[in-house]
Amino acid sequence: MTETFYDVLRRQGISRRSFLKFCSLTATSLGLDSAYAAKIANAMETKPRTPVIWLEGLECTCCSESFIRSAHPLTKDVILSMLSLDYHVTLMAAAGHQAEKQLDEIKKKYKGNYILAVEGNPPLNEDGMYCIEGGRPFVEILKETAADAKAVIAWGACASYGCVQAAKPNPTRATPIDKVISGKPIIKVPGCPPIAEVMTGVVTYLLTFDRLPELDRQGRPKMFYGQRIHDKCYRRPHFDAGQFVEKWDDDAARKGYCLYKMGCKGPTTYNACSTIRWNDGVSFPIQSGHGCIGCSEDGFWDKGTFYDRVTDIKQFGVESNADKVGGTAAAVAGAAVAAHAAASVLKKAKKSETVTGEK
Amino acid sequence: MDLNAAAAELDSDPQTAAGRTVYVYEIPVRLWHWINTLCILVLATSGYLIASPLPSTPGEASDQFLMGYIRFAHFAAAYIFTVGFLVRIYWAVVGNHRAREIFYLPVTNPKWWAGLLRELRWYLFLEKQPYKYVGHNPMGHLFMFVFVTLAAILMICTGFALYSEGAGLGSWQDLMFGWVIPLMGGSQAVHSWHHLGMWGIVCFVILHVYAAVREDIMSRQTMISTMISGQRTFRE
Repeated sequence: MTETFYDVLRRQGISRRSFLKFCSLTATSLGLDSAYAAKIANAMETKPRTPVIWLEGLECTCCSESFIRSAHPLTKDVILSMLSLDYHVTLMAAAGHQAEKQLDEIKKKYKGNYILAVEGNPPLNEDGMYCIEGGRPFVEILKETAADAKAVIAWGACASYGCVQAAKPNPTRATPIDKVISGKPIIKVPGCPPIAEVMTGVVTYLLTFDRLPELDRQGRPKMFYGQRIHDKCYRRPHFDAGQFVEKWDDDAARKGYCLYKMGCKGPTTYNACSTIRWNDGVSFPIQSGHGCIGCSEDGFWDKGTFYDRVTDIKQFGVESNADKVGGTAAAVAGAAVAAHAAASVLKKAKKSETVTGEK
Repeated sequence: MDLNAAAAELDSDPQTAAGRTVYVYEIPVRLWHWINTLCILVLATSGYLIASPLPSTPGEASDQFLMGYIRFAHFAAAYIFTVGFLVRIYWAVVGNHRAREIFYLPVTNPKWWAGLLRELRWYLFLEKQPYKYVGHNPMGHLFMFVFVTLAAILMICTGFALYSEGAGLGSWQDLMFGWVIPLMGGSQAVHSWHHLGMWGIVCFVILHVYAAVREDIMSRQTMISTMISGQRTFRE
């Protein structure tokens, strides 16, 4: 008989009480109503365990680091048991040929039935030689493993959008995984890294409900990426009041005013930092006095400085912001009008002179 | 087409004979023009202050709502601007043929191109006289199409896309305009384009006001009074 999640948990000495606590906490964090706690419990008691293969490409492992710090009581135990840590380059016990063999076995045994979680992305330049794992380019491993997966999770900004290694000029041609994998449902969980509870929440949803959570236009789960940091920021009243930090060491900064003028990207960033927060809900960037840098947005490295509200745009070949471009254009238009008006007045005067002269 | 022939043809148009007065702009068109003027004034000012807010005010946050009022002014004016634009499109269908002018460019008409060239030469002081036009001259027509019609569409699409971020997923603003955000490469990029659009319109306003005043004085037809009374009078 195939093991269920619940069987695994019990085997690991987790009490039923703790298990039920986990179910209700998960339901809450997913934004589901309390009736879903029982559904999650039921699913975990009856469904055979779905293995998750966790691949790491061009990345810094911050996603894994975040993930193992998930703060919900038990979440990490539950998820780590769920994950069938047969294959996670950083966390698994096996190494070398043994590890590769395990990967092959899971792929065969659970063909079309495992979930592929990808941290990082494949570089495509030089036939993928910039990222070699087990002697092969990562892009090959990724494509092969994705081919037999049920669904793919793109962890973090790397897998979702490319992140820093894809920043201009992107020498290795690091490419988000949805540009490499086709024909599979891909769920993007951007952030650098994503919030631990968001990651565990997404995995739990996939494993218990056996379907993708509702996604937005960019393929992100709506439950965590449906609103901007700004919409739920505890400093929002200062924004609406028009109270802003102007300098890092001014009185407004000490009073905790809005960081909008300091280039906070909260108003343009979709993530759950201002509600779930980080490290067991202790804090998040804005709470610690620094603006959001928009790490869960597409191409955040190439969107100009983190410290300006009106950021530089590079479409015109030179680095300049909308106010500089527009202000210059308006000044040129104004000067041109003045010059033209002067010339017109001269012309008219000359013309009337001629007319009078003729008379 | 030969320019001189075109000139002769236009100048021999009995409608534009000196002393003649033609009814050009109907009431909805004129009303729209002046409502737009006010909307753009409010939108550009409040929009600039949203991107670069005023200095902070002291005291409790709950005692004030300055940024909130500025944003409210922006959104309210934006709704009026949008409704005005939609009504204007309706009027383009049911109004006289002059009301349709700003929604298309007659790029297949060689006479229009010849007129555009002539107008350009007139502005470079290479012509003694501009042609007379009952509606827009080709240069004005081009600017209206780009900086009023296209710019309004850009500003409405990007503006409502940004508004949808506050209105939330599933709001009608999101359903209708939310696609603009990923298309432009994220929320910050949409802000930048919306901001550039504002500057484009500011430049247009400068040129538009100048051209209207100048033509009123130097061309052979009325301009400013035409947008008030709707009547255009021609002179020699």
